Amino acid sequence: MKRTVFLVFFMSIVIGCFSQEQKANLRKLPSVDLKTLEGETINTKDLKNNGNPIIISFWALWCKNCVKELNAINDVYDDWKDETGVKIIAVSIDNSRSSSKVLPFVESNDWDYEVLLDVNSDFKRAMNVITVPHTFILNGKGEIVWQHNSYVEGSEEKYLEIVKKIKAGEEITD
Amino acid sequence: MKSKNLLLLIIIILFFSSFISQAQNVSNSAQIHGDIQSDIKLYNADSKMGITDSTLNGEKLRMNTFANIIFTKGNFEAGARFETYQNPILGYDLRYKGTGIPYRYIKYSKDNYEITVGNFYEQFGSGLIFRTYENRDLGYDNSLDGLKVKITPFKGFYIKAVYGKQRYYWAKANEGDRGIVRGIDGELNINEAFKKLENKKTKIILGAGFVSKYQKDQNIISHGDKLDLPKNVGAFSGRMNIIRGRINVMGEYAYKINDPSADNNYIYRKGEALLVQASYAQRGLGIFVGAKRIDNMNFRSDRTAIGQDLNINYLPALTKEHQYTLASMYPYATQPGGEVGFQAQIDYKIKKKTALGGKYGTKISINYSIANALDTTIIASDNIHKGYESDFFSIGDEKYFEDFSILIHKKINKKIKTTFSYVNIVYNNVAVKGHETENGEKMVYANIGIADVSYKLKHGKSLRFEMQSLFTEQDKGDWIMGTVEYNTPKWFVAVMDQYNYGNDIKDNQLHYYTLSTGYHKGATRIAVTYGRQREGIICVGGVCRQVPASNGLGLSLTTSF
Repeated sequence: MKRTVFLVFFMSIVIGCFSQEQKANLRKLPSVDLKTLEGETINTKDLKNNGNPIIISFWALWCKNCVKELNAINDVYDDWKDETGVKIIAVSIDNSRSSSKVLPFVESNDWDYEVLLDVNSDFKRAMNVITVPHTFILNGKGEIVWQHNSYVEGSEEKYLEIVKKIKAGEEITD
Repeated sequence: MKSKNLLLLIIIILFFSSFISQAQNVSNSAQIHGDIQSDIKLYNADSKMGITDSTLNGEKLRMNTFANIIFTKGNFEAGARFETYQNPILGYDLRYKGTGIPYRYIKYSKDNYEITVGNFYEQFGSGLIFRTYENRDLGYDNSLDGLKVKITPFKGFYIKAVYGKQRYYWAKANEGDRGIVRGIDGELNINEAFKKLENKKTKIILGAGFVSKYQKDQNIISHGDKLDLPKNVGAFSGRMNIIRGRINVMGEYAYKINDPSADNNYIYRKGEALLVQASYAQRGLGIFVGAKRIDNMNFRSDRTAIGQDLNINYLPALTKEHQYTLASMYPYATQPGGEVGFQAQIDYKIKKKTALGGKYGTKISINYSIANALDTTIIASDNIHKGYESDFFSIGDEKYFEDFSILIHKKINKKIKTTFSYVNIVYNNVAVKGHETENGEKMVYANIGIADVSYKLKHGKSLRFEMQSLFTEQDKGDWIMGTVEYNTPKWFVAVMDQYNYGNDIKDNQLHYYTLSTGYHKGATRIAVTYGRQREGIICVGGVCRQVPASNGLGLSLTTSF
């Protein structure tokens, strides 16, 4: 039995790698129900930005690097929007212990992002996020073209670089 | 066992079929993605930290590895998580020892419904009567294995139904005494449901849930009597969320019928929980207040289970989750047996270009929280099995936890960012941890000061310095901690030392030093840590995670694909 289990996993990983190399189909967002700060239900399949790139950032109130990242981007977000039309969606993975504190926190920080609540980590799990911050960049077709885990001062400059490449129709390799 | 084999076979076949169809149909094409996390530790004995050759018992090298794989094709999804603990890293329950696939499912979703067979995570409302989730860092997984159905009969009305048995380490579905859990939850968003109300300023969301567990009879004797146990235990909850402009108010009440269990010493008493939260938010200002009352609300699928095992519900703690290491030395967890708690938090941003705000504005966050025992009277004379009585609106004298903190963020210029914080904590060691401190004290009073400065260099490089100090006379005495961290876009190196200089026992005045370095690219991260680690949340190199106590060399690898 154990041997079968190993075999299945080994095979699925091999197949997984193989199918990625084909590059034929980039991954789109899975279908998961999230809540907006106004309590509405929104499916992640319906996240759109008029054909412009989207940055999805997973964060939590207790994660100081996440808050640093979102504060740093907020300082330059207006410029980014003007330059590239990019939209940032900040997905909070705070559970019901803190999810009610997300709205006052976001407003007090003056964040201009679309903030969504992933209270039981359904979207986090579906996106294979292990630790936060974890950032995904989607092209205009809603395909995931780049992802990045962790934040250090200045990481946001790389995000802008990727978004500009998407706008210019260049291939994202790194 | 046979059904498991069959399921795996189906997954294999689907993998292959997806291949063939991939060539033909691009728009609905199959995708496989996943993640892998591996933590390997080489432990050294360190008698001062309580790690000796005999506690290591030859198991110097240990590993936890997790791999998730998700397959999707059109409306179909299948997933599995492989776990191996050989042997579990220190701090993890030894019952995890082993290898297998404790989580696998298939899911079909279309338009307004979704069906999941296998393992799943779900939550009703705030989780007061039902929440299954995984927290790997805490070694927690209470997933249900069975059937889940989600239906949206019309926009704004959401129904979820669950039925299954909970994960219990590596026990198979028919092993052990744990019972069956089933539940249903409905939520109605009035503004979404009725077009006329769509643009109304007031938004109302109503919800209600019911959960019942079935567990067969057991032979349990309490106060000399063999107990007549309820085989089915039901719990229900009702909730409401009202949003109007800047104000958001939510309340949830949960009730559980009598449920004699190891948690409550097998008393026949109802369980109750009330959680009320309100917030006011405008640009630059956020205010949050919350209150809760929990009474006899342990709810497990095995009445004899204790610790982290087989919880059906989740009782959120109404206290701040601190970001800094020494401030999270005394973390609070809800006392499910009973407590009354309050919290208030103010987040305020002093505007740019003012005297206090400076060029970039200054961010201030103030938090206060408190949790006390219930006010209870033991019923001794007439029926000892009823336990106690408690007045709903009165608060007990015994304090469990109190916390006041102030946090200030200030950007000095383009290069320098600073954070300063003061935290005061009152901690009932006996209630929360179950024992007195090393000094034989019940209550711990601690003051913590924190300074965090980051300095941005050229080309995406940066330096970060952190100083923290904790003062207490009741526990292990005073602590001081320093961190220096150098980050580049691809790698980092950090040195940290926590020094327990104020410990009354001279031999325990230890330095908890660590040296760590790591490399990250895209969604892959490799880190190596050497040194002593105290238990707690550690944030280094841009990632925060919970780390158990250890001395030695650690290798950690995470990747998502």
